[in-house]
Parts: sequence; structure tokens; C-alpha cells
Amino acid sequence: MSESNEEKKDEIQLIFGDKRLDGRRFDELRNIKIEAGILKRADGSCYLEMGKNIVVAAVYGPREVHPRHLQNPSKAVIRYRYNMAPFSVEERKRPGPDRRSVEISKVSREALEAVIMKELFPRSGIDIFVEVLQADAGSRTACLNAASVALVDAGVPMKGMITSVAVAKADGVMVLDPMKEEDNYGEADIPFAFLIRGGKIESIALLQMDGRVTKDELREAFKLAKKGAMEIYKLQKEAIMKKYISESVENG
Amino acid sequence: MRPIVLPGDLVATNPKVAGFGTYVENGKVYSKILGLLDKTETSVRIIPLKGRYIPSVGDVVIGIVREVSANGWNVDIYSPYQAFLPLSENPEFKPNKKPNEVLSIGDAIIAKVLNIDPKMKVTLTMKDKVCRSIRFGRIVFINPARVPRVIGKKGSMVKLLKSELGIQIIVGQNGLIWISGDRKKVSIGEEAIYVIEEEAHTDGLTDRITEFIKRRKSDVGIE
Repeated sequence: MSESNEEKKDEIQLIFGDKRLDGRRFDELRNIKIEAGILKRADGSCYLEMGKNIVVAAVYGPREVHPRHLQNPSKAVIRYRYNMAPFSVEERKRPGPDRRSVEISKVSREALEAVIMKELFPRSGIDIFVEVLQADAGSRTACLNAASVALVDAGVPMKGMITSVAVAKADGVMVLDPMKEEDNYGEADIPFAFLIRGGKIESIALLQMDGRVTKDELREAFKLAKKGAMEIYKLQKEAIMKKYISESVENG
Repeated sequence: MRPIVLPGDLVATNPKVAGFGTYVENGKVYSKILGLLDKTETSVRIIPLKGRYIPSVGDVVIGIVREVSANGWNVDIYSPYQAFLPLSENPEFKPNKKPNEVLSIGDAIIAKVLNIDPKMKVTLTMKDKVCRSIRFGRIVFINPARVPRVIGKKGSMVKLLKSELGIQIIVGQNGLIWISGDRKKVSIGEEAIYVIEEEAHTDGLTDRITEFIKRRKSDVGIE
């Protein structure tokens, strides 16, 4: 695929000099707001805004698994539900799971399974529910970030934290954390999720891609994602600290 | 001051000091839960701030009977695992009685964890002097991570509550607490326990609780 910077028919211009459509630099994240522990009945919860994405995550467990036959005698089972509200997108989305949300639930669950210490809770289950209230590209990454904070808030033992961010290729340029226009009219979208431990990125927990990029572009995307993930990690950490800070002040 | 640590934070580089709430990988000690870091020269442990009760042998727990079967009772102990109390471990049971005449669904009991098998099947026993079925009093539920604070150092906090209020308290390790005695005093005790849960990791808690009880006592007008 050869790239030309001229506008093609029924496509929109996404890059203006060194700025993007919404005025961000190529390596700039959208505004992020995270709040931990917003739901009283859940063991752990999190509210997260990432640009125009709004998601809420709730964690229950470890608890007994029903139906019984799903129990695993050697480790906990993890259930992750990614769900979009009917009003989360411009055209009403039919409620309930569809092909897309089932797939996202599966890959996100597998990303989290790598960090949760399942062996500590045989025969039990950990349920993670993430609801997308408003979607604007990269909602799976927003959901993973929220789920990760909610899991920590629930006191679930984990090897580290999951931080997720997407990189897109728009008008031939790699851009961090794409918004809707860049996702729809861009050439590729690559969501990443990293395991962060000891303040460093340890491994990749999720990597998907649609569209096409060259080897060098993927390297570039990886570099951008790593930088973005570290920024998000700081915000996740801050959100949890904020909720529990009263605990650490003058304790005995 | 103990700092807050998150899962995955590096807490030590010597695997020998690894304690509760930590795990070791490649010779380094990481935190695995959210909690307060308690670091001394010989040990590193994390004091949890949140989390479910995980049974361990010998714990005194308070549970609710959920099911009655021919050979015992299934008891909800507010943990990921349901517990089982066999007929033979309940001294109140006599061969001429039916299991549901001794304990039926919804009854609360104080029991001890007798055994946990590798599949996390929990067995309880009531053959101990603290164990009993609860027919009166009040049960308070708190975050199980706060239970050590309600008990205090060597039981100092429970002793304080008991002596200041003249009530009976039994603390279950699973976060359920049984209080019994004069109604007004029990209410003050309940409030005090919620205060302890709220301010669990702050300094001078014992003094503040003493103060709190005195104030509440004069509000209500006892002694």
C-alpha cells in the first residue's frame, strides 16, 4: 500500500502538519480520569474516562462459582464481560453480547488471566464486569485499564498491573491512542496491553491488529504504546492511592 | 508511616525476607496485593487493606447454616468456600434427634475450622468452649482485613470493649462479630466496631475508642 498525503474521495484529512484532528501531538494521550471504588456492593470497582470513552468496571470475588461444573479444582476461573450499552454509540446498538463483544471479552480475559494469581483460590471464581457507557475508539483498552484498577481495589492478588493503550496508523503516520475518526478512516489499529511490574513494562499481555503496517511501523507503534502505557500506569496508581491515602497517613 | 504498595511493586531484593502478601520471582520480592508495606530488616510483609476471608485451620468463624443434610450442615462463612459441619462435630446433636431440630436453615453458629483439604473443602467443628449456636445478641459484619485491628495487640481492643461496656464479644476471623448484653451497650459496641473498621490503620486508635465509648455512654445516659 503506497501512501499519498492527498485527500482521497470520501476520506477525511486526519493529520495537519505535526498535529492531529483534535489538536493532539502524535504521541499524546487523550484526557484520562480514573476513580477507584465507586460501587458499594462490588468488591472492587472503577470509573474511567479516556477521551470520550466512559466505562465502569466491577469485580466480584473470589467467590463460589455457579454453575458448579465450571469450577476448576486447581485454580480460580476468571470471567470477563465486556458489554456496550445500547446508547454508547450514535446508532443504537442492539443490547446483549454479539460477535465483537464476545471476542473482546475473550482476549481481555486472557490478558488478565496472565497476571491474576489464580492458583491461590482453587474452586472459586472471579467475575469482572465492564460496561461501556460511551464509546469512542479504543474502548477495549479503556475497559482493561478500568478492570485492572478494579481488581487491585478488590484486593485480588496479582503479579503486576495491566495497562492498555492503542496505536493507529492515520494518513501514514503512527498515532497514539486514536479517537473515533482516526480509527474509522485510518489504515490500521493496534491495541496493546502490558504487564507492568516494579514500575517497568515486563511483557505484552494483549496485542491485536486490524489493517496493515510494515515491520518498522509496528516497532514505532510499540515504542509509542510503551510511552503511553507508562503515563496511564501513573494515573491508575494515583487513582488507587487517592482512595487509600487516608490509610497510610499516620498509621500504627 | 507505612507506604501503600500495589501489586507488582518491588519491595525487596533479598528473597529470604519475603513474607505475607509477597511473591518471589528471579530472586526479587514483589508485592502481590494492595496493602501497607511493613518492612523490617528481617522480614517484609504486606498488611492487606481489602480482600475476602480465606479460611485457615484453627480460626474461629461465625457462619450461617444454609443447608441441612443427613450427615451435617452446610455453613456460609462469608468466604469463597462453603464450610461443612458434620453431625459428629456438633456436641448438641444426639442420635435420637434429627439434624434440623438441632440447627436449621438461617441459624447462626460460632465454630472453629477443623480441617481444609487440598481442594479447599472446609470442615468445621463445634467441640470447643467458644463454639455455640447463636440464639440471641447481634451480629456485625466488617471487612475481614480489619479483623486484626478489632482484636488488637494480644486482644487488647476486644478486652477494652468488653470491660468498658460489660458486654460479651466474640470476633470471627471471617469478619462477623457477635455481641451480646444490654441493648444500649450493644449498640454502642456496634458503633465502636464500625469506627475501628473505618479508622483501622491510624495511630492511637485505642485511646480514641476509649474516648468514643465514654462519650456515647454519657449521651445515652448509662453510669
